[in-house]
Amino acid sequence: MRKLFVLALGVLAPLGAETIVIRNATIMTVTHGTVKGSVVVKDGKIADVGEKVMEPAGATIIDAAGQYVIPGIIDCHSHIAADGGINEGSLSVSSMANIKDVINPEDISIYRALAGGVTTANILHGSANSIGGQTIVLKMRWGKDASLMIFEGAKPGIKFALGENVKRSGNPQGGGRGATPAVQARYPGTRMGVEDVIREAFTEAKAYKAEWDAYKAAVARGEHPMPPRKDLKLEPLKEVLEGDRYVHSHCYRADEILMLIRVADDYGFKIRTFQHVLEGYKVAKEIAAHNAGGSTFSDWWDYKMEAVDAIPFNATLMTRKNVVVSLNSDDAELMRHLNTEAGKAMKYGGASETEALAMVTLNPAKQLGIDNRVGSIDVGKDADLVIYDKYPLSDFAKVQKVMIDGSVYFDRDKEVSGLAAKAAEKQKLVDKLKQQQQQNGGRGGRGGRIG
Amino acid sequence: MKLAGLLLAAAATLLAGADDTFLIRGIDVYPVTSKPMQGVSVLVQDGKIAEISAKITPPKGMKIVEGKGLRLYPGMIDSATNLGLQEVQSVRETVDTGELGEFMPQLRALVAVNPESEHFGAVRVNGITSAIALPGGGGGRGGGTQTIGGQAALIHTSGWTWEDMEISRSAAMQLTFPSMGGRGGRGGFTPDTVAELVGGDAGAAGGANARRQYDDAIAKINDFFDEARRYQKEKAAHAPGFETDLKKEAMIPVLDGKLPLAVSASTADAIHDAIQFADKQHVKIVIMGPREVGKAGAELKAHNIPVILGRALALPEHEDDSYDQAMALPNEFYKAGVKFAMGTFTNEFVRNLPYQAATAVAFGLPADEALKSVTINPAEIWGQADKVGSIEKGKWADLVITNGDMLEIQTKIEHVYVKGKEVDLTNKQTRLYEKYLSRQ
Repeated sequence: MRKLFVLALGVLAPLGAETIVIRNATIMTVTHGTVKGSVVVKDGKIADVGEKVMEPAGATIIDAAGQYVIPGIIDCHSHIAADGGINEGSLSVSSMANIKDVINPEDISIYRALAGGVTTANILHGSANSIGGQTIVLKMRWGKDASLMIFEGAKPGIKFALGENVKRSGNPQGGGRGATPAVQARYPGTRMGVEDVIREAFTEAKAYKAEWDAYKAAVARGEHPMPPRKDLKLEPLKEVLEGDRYVHSHCYRADEILMLIRVADDYGFKIRTFQHVLEGYKVAKEIAAHNAGGSTFSDWWDYKMEAVDAIPFNATLMTRKNVVVSLNSDDAELMRHLNTEAGKAMKYGGASETEALAMVTLNPAKQLGIDNRVGSIDVGKDADLVIYDKYPLSDFAKVQKVMIDGSVYFDRDKEVSGLAAKAAEKQKLVDKLKQQQQQNGGRGGRGGRIG
Repeated sequence: MKLAGLLLAAAATLLAGADDTFLIRGIDVYPVTSKPMQGVSVLVQDGKIAEISAKITPPKGMKIVEGKGLRLYPGMIDSATNLGLQEVQSVRETVDTGELGEFMPQLRALVAVNPESEHFGAVRVNGITSAIALPGGGGGRGGGTQTIGGQAALIHTSGWTWEDMEISRSAAMQLTFPSMGGRGGRGGFTPDTVAELVGGDAGAAGGANARRQYDDAIAKINDFFDEARRYQKEKAAHAPGFETDLKKEAMIPVLDGKLPLAVSASTADAIHDAIQFADKQHVKIVIMGPREVGKAGAELKAHNIPVILGRALALPEHEDDSYDQAMALPNEFYKAGVKFAMGTFTNEFVRNLPYQAATAVAFGLPADEALKSVTINPAEIWGQADKVGSIEKGKWADLVITNGDMLEIQTKIEHVYVKGKEVDLTNKQTRLYEKYLSRQ
């Protein structure tokens, strides 16, 4: 029933990318300042941007007088569109689990994220395990099936997690929300144990990699050895060691951030991003030296013990210490107004307008290794664009249109004007069901069957 | 180290300058209750607004605050928080909301307010100078299972003790109204038609069951009120063998219609039932956290019942609701002619109160109404409009000086005053910022 309503709500998926000119707009490019002029979109890409552009004949014109255009917002930490649970919490190392396998393209959160200007999101496994599952980058192509939502060519990732969430399952007193009874306690129960779990896993992964390297070397010598047995837990960790998979690590406290940097140093791999990283400002120097990114909340704090030293200045302070910083949501609601979260980086610590906007566009693109495709308004990049009615870094602004690959996926005017029709369609469905139930004599409804 | 930290924190909350008599000169005043005035002077005397005039000649030696090019607003009021009673949501030891027991009207939130809570420092700097502190969970943990959670207090966000912070020790009695299939309107949002349809026979049976439980729960509340009324009569009649009962005693102001019930109800149906209940018991109510207007709009207006709206930045209730349901809700209530104020319902988000109000403006609410919903409206709803909520002679000088629209994120808050005393705009977070900014 619910699903039926969602279908009724859904906007028809855009058919094919057309040639579009967005005129008279204030265009915040992120990479080369703010331009008053036009953006030309052709074949799903940005074909031109500037004060004066050549408008291709027959192009659809969007008059954005008084409005603002920014690159599509990129959320580096989300769990939307993941069907069912996101935590394979039975093991401390669950690297064999993959979020890619559970993408639900009909999750209404995708449409809502779009309506908040998000065009790309990094969908992560949960934070119950020291080493969690594999992650996937999606474009919010609402109406397309799961395989078509996947960001083509984006490097895969894996979720790590440190601190309270990981310890919770191993806490003999129970660890509050979601705690398992002591009898089911799962190692680790302390931050010391978290380090050990990661070291144990990479000790194994290194040995596994050595086996494969020896095998490949033998093949290269023209020998015909037996290949090693493929290990689905260690395979992603081997990819991490080889630099072919990004590590996105959930973390809060400075001590655990530093711990993971040193573990990675010892085993010769890199942490791509520290996620949440609420105390990142305390070890920004070390994070920058490791060349890792920081993806944080603007102002969430004090909801748990490891969040008591969170400061809203974190994003700006890490930026000042040369860390590439993004602002993420980790939440289907917060995801819908990351523009205001960027605005807060200007308020708290005085990030410049461009620095702040980059925190939700270019910087997360860099962190996900997709900045050659998205994150700024530059010729040749994907036409992932958001039009706001007002200055986008203000809480008075709202999204008017959202484009992905040059196709409009959200249009507020159509959304508003279509509400009555949707309500009527819903009523029709409700009436039809009522009628069916009456015909069945009140029997045979979905709830009528037992077993 | 710990001790040093504590001392530092204590020292920093010392209110900067105990002087609560001064003159703000040449500032643009936004009184809320009247039209903005440009370039006027405001005299603050003994913590209260003494005069607002185009030109005031200050007595010799009086402290002058130059307001040229700046704006002066009344401090904002958050109508639903657990400030002072909840520190870290997930750590029970730091949470004093949600006492045991079902009917607990004798409990007072005020006495558990910790003036040194780090939350006060974080919210003051954004211009929130007072707040309703609820005894039951406004959000997060510590919700308890109470029906009557106790007395909510209206407090200042700055002061030495809870007595010093008190504006009204008993601003409302918190009542969690039952709802179909859930409590407090948190669950049970499914409209009847859909509930019955989805479930078929079993659904209908389940619906009947839920209805019975719901009716029972309401009957239980009515029983408690009836008992309290009997108690009140016995007390007035000096009945033989009368014994003081603190629970019933605490109900007397409610029964007399002096103390409003803050009733959580999210659906139009729940609101309707709450109004029926209030009519039957002849009590005053304020609806907390409604999620839809529907047919309740006209009813609320007709009964002159105000509402406290939750966060405008919230997800829609159902998959098939419009994406902007919560953002557009304040304007829906405005259009229905219902008086409303805003609350954030979670300490962590109190500092974002102005941004919630601005979001409502983006989705249709007139800007003036947004400002009222965080200033004069809550003052009136909580019966304290003679003390707070606007810039008028005789009220507490709860003031915010800004360089722009107070509801705009980009606006800088220059000074904040609570009862005429300037509030220190540093807090734990600014101190950590300064400390780690200087790390080489």
